[in-house]
Amino acid sequence: MAKKPDLLPGTLDMLILKTLTRAPLHGYGIAQSIKRLSEDVLTVEEGSLYPALQRLLLQGWVKAEWKMTDTNRRARYYTLTAAGRKQLGIEVSQFEQMIEAIGRVLSDAQEA
Amino acid sequence: MSSFFRKLSILFGRKRFRSELDEEMAFHRTQTEAELVDSGMSPEQAHFEAMRRLGNEGLLKERTHGVVGFRFETTLQDLRFALRQLRKNPGFALTAIAILALGVGSSVAIFAFVDAALIKPLPYQDPARLVELFEAIPIGPEFHLSYPDYLDWKRENKVFHSLNVFAPEGFMEKTVDGLREADAARVSDGFFKTLGVTPILGRDFYYGEDRPEAARSTLLSYKAWQRRYAGNRNVIGQTVTLDGHPYVIIGVLPKEFSFAPAEPADFWTIERPDGGCEKSRGCHNLFGVARLKDGVSFETAFADIKSIAQQLEKQYPDSNRDQWANMLPLTAKIVGDVRPILLTILCGAGLLLIIGAVNVASLLLVRSESRRREMAVRGALGASPRRLVRQLVTEGLLLAAVGGITGVVLAQLSLRTLTALIPKDMLMSRPYLQNIGLNGRVALFALALVALSAMLFAFTPVSRLRFTRIREGLADGDRGSAGMVWRRFGANLVVIELATAMILLAGAGLLGKSLYRLLHADTGIQSDHIAILRVDAQGDRYSKDEQRVALGREIVRQISALPGVKAVGVTSKLPIEDGDVTTDFHIIGRPYHGEHHEVAWRTVSSGYWAALGTRLLSGRYFTDRDDAASPKVVIVNQTLAREYFPGEDPVGKQITLESTDKNPMLIVGEVFDIQEGQLDAKARGAMYIPYNQNAYPYFSVLVRTTQDEGSMLPSIAATLHGLDPVMAIFDPETMSHKIHDAPSTYLHRSSAWIVGGLAVMALVLGAIGLYSVIAYSVSRRTREIGVRMALGAERAAVSGMVIGEASRLIVVGIAIGLAGSVPAALAMRGLLFGVPAWDAQTLIGVAFVLALIALLASYLPARRAASVSPAEALRAE
Repeated sequence: MAKKPDLLPGTLDMLILKTLTRAPLHGYGIAQSIKRLSEDVLTVEEGSLYPALQRLLLQGWVKAEWKMTDTNRRARYYTLTAAGRKQLGIEVSQFEQMIEAIGRVLSDAQEA
Repeated sequence: MSSFFRKLSILFGRKRFRSELDEEMAFHRTQTEAELVDSGMSPEQAHFEAMRRLGNEGLLKERTHGVVGFRFETTLQDLRFALRQLRKNPGFALTAIAILALGVGSSVAIFAFVDAALIKPLPYQDPARLVELFEAIPIGPEFHLSYPDYLDWKRENKVFHSLNVFAPEGFMEKTVDGLREADAARVSDGFFKTLGVTPILGRDFYYGEDRPEAARSTLLSYKAWQRRYAGNRNVIGQTVTLDGHPYVIIGVLPKEFSFAPAEPADFWTIERPDGGCEKSRGCHNLFGVARLKDGVSFETAFADIKSIAQQLEKQYPDSNRDQWANMLPLTAKIVGDVRPILLTILCGAGLLLIIGAVNVASLLLVRSESRRREMAVRGALGASPRRLVRQLVTEGLLLAAVGGITGVVLAQLSLRTLTALIPKDMLMSRPYLQNIGLNGRVALFALALVALSAMLFAFTPVSRLRFTRIREGLADGDRGSAGMVWRRFGANLVVIELATAMILLAGAGLLGKSLYRLLHADTGIQSDHIAILRVDAQGDRYSKDEQRVALGREIVRQISALPGVKAVGVTSKLPIEDGDVTTDFHIIGRPYHGEHHEVAWRTVSSGYWAALGTRLLSGRYFTDRDDAASPKVVIVNQTLAREYFPGEDPVGKQITLESTDKNPMLIVGEVFDIQEGQLDAKARGAMYIPYNQNAYPYFSVLVRTTQDEGSMLPSIAATLHGLDPVMAIFDPETMSHKIHDAPSTYLHRSSAWIVGGLAVMALVLGAIGLYSVIAYSVSRRTREIGVRMALGAERAAVSGMVIGEASRLIVVGIAIGLAGSVPAALAMRGLLFGVPAWDAQTLIGVAFVLALIALLASYLPARRAASVSPAEALRAE
């Protein structure tokens, strides 16, 4: 089995926030969503979601509430807050700047 | 801010937080599981795959808690766990704490003394700029100044901000119950200003208060103010009668003030130039104290004062020949004699602490080996390496803290005992040793010790924690190799312990031998069965020589009549004191150019010799008929005879105390040296003059008894009192007591005992250390021993192997210790008396004792090794 690339450090928070822009989700849902949207390229070590979610809660970027699922089970759903949306914007633009910069360096290296 | 409150709310709803997290993660797992089953996996496989995907649950929970928890929570958790660990293993915990407490306790207690004597600044303003001044003469460097010399030094010098004089003084105070001895000091008018001390009540002496026409005045020490006047503020202006003169109390000195060279002193009176001695340049009765001018170095000042003394020597050759100036920093003078002892003892305590710490570290090492499996299990269950290290560090800190606090309590308790053991005279003349306690500096020292041991205790097990080997730890398969590494490491620790114990034992042995030599030094007297009393017969009744001679004769007659008295004598000064009171003399018939022949001189009665039990070398002792009516005679000691009559018999020669040939005295006898100074002082020339030819109103009575001398003191005092009720009678004591409590004896004895105590503790700890290392090594090698025995090794061979292993450690430890003992002993050779630092007898003796005890400590585990049953040992694995 080919090893899948690890998540870039520091990007997990951003991915979680992004996933939550569409609709409130529970932890399992977030993990599924990231996996699906990245077409199975990005897999989070699923458990590490939970410390990350607690960190986001603490910052006030997400809210959590217990709801019933479609299959009638209790699950904790996370919702993006206004502060979380703003934070997502900041993180995305920082990330894009970095990718751009990395890209420039790489293309320059190829030309040489 | 809001995150802080959220953390806080989680802290109080910790249970709910946990159950919610559990539920959330369980939900995640079930969902994954369901999905996997849907995709065709067997339920069992799906269960494990879901668990694997989620990751290490314990670690995740820990991390989640880490996000929302406060830092102190984990610390508390670690602490609780550490406490549980220690409680679970009380034997280990108690041993470690006891050893550490012992080490820290003794170090801190001794440091408190070091602090009081050597670190705490003296209670004067800028004490480093103060010096004490003396005149040096051929027989010694620290003799008194004369008053005229003081005035010249004061006027001529360009280096002192101020120069003053002082002298200890004993007055007879007139009280309603008759005369009483009062401890006092005489000081010149600017003395307290030089020290930078201001009275807390009343005023200081004003300049010129020492003029003869000024009223006599005195300051009170704080203690005397409290004791005699109950701290009454109206004391200012009251009068005390000292030596028959009224003195007005003008002030009270601060509580923290003390001045060791003149202590003990209740009254600080003004030094007046109208005393008999003060008029003569040849009469020396004062010490100088001066403050250096700003920017003037000690050396410059010393050179200046020396040149002044040389000038005076030229100017007044009669009185000042061979009178040089000497100067010492005041601090050196005050604490000089206790400094080497305290430092030696502190080093001893430090060594003991090292042994203790090494011992605890090796215990921790043993424990960390036996906890390897535990650590591996905890690592497998999700404890991060950082967390494991934190746990071990917490345990080390806890151990060090509990041991340290116990040690400080121990120190506080032993301080009280130790101060109580210091003789009263010693304490009075060394005021800085009073009120020793735990202050800020001592607390800081204790804290530093605890921090250091905590570091050691945390580092030792952490160094043995190998994270890469978690699987091996679980399997515990590498027992052999780990045991090997540990044995090497543990063996080094034992060598350190044994070497340190050896150094301490050697030090104790040498100090003990010095003390023995000191107490058995030949003092020239038989010190048992001698009772002593001091008498001060002042006043008109004894103003004439004949009256004083009659008093002496009457005292001897009446006390001799008491039952149990063998001999009675009087003397102007007792032996085994400071050896002071000296005189110059010259030998009749020899060319005289004003050379100084300074020797001790005493006036003694005819019974003196029998009372002390001295030994006559040639000639005769005095008789009662050697009085004013008969020719003047003198007895000299062996040292005087050797120095001034080499190769001749001094008996029959004549000497005189004058500068001309007038008043010759015939030497009638030569006695074996009587130790006039302290026990460790060098022998010095001395001459003895008949009391009946030179009677003093102030003398000591010596009584040789057949029964217990102490019990005779009351009846002797009663007899003297009956003879003259007004006469002051004081300081009853016995000669053996006097020798026992003499400052030099005390210093030698206390250092010998304390270092001895430390050495015994070191010996015990070293033996425990060796025992635990060997015992542990045996327990790790049970299988190996089993194999050896199964293959036919004899029991004796097995125990021999273990003892052989121990012997190598013992030999190396003792050898290193021996090599270290000699420099250590050289460093403290100032404390040794009659014993060289490399005294082979002592070194070999203590090495033998240490080796014996160490072999005993290794014999027990060796016997256990030999009793291993091969079948069981092999099955146990």
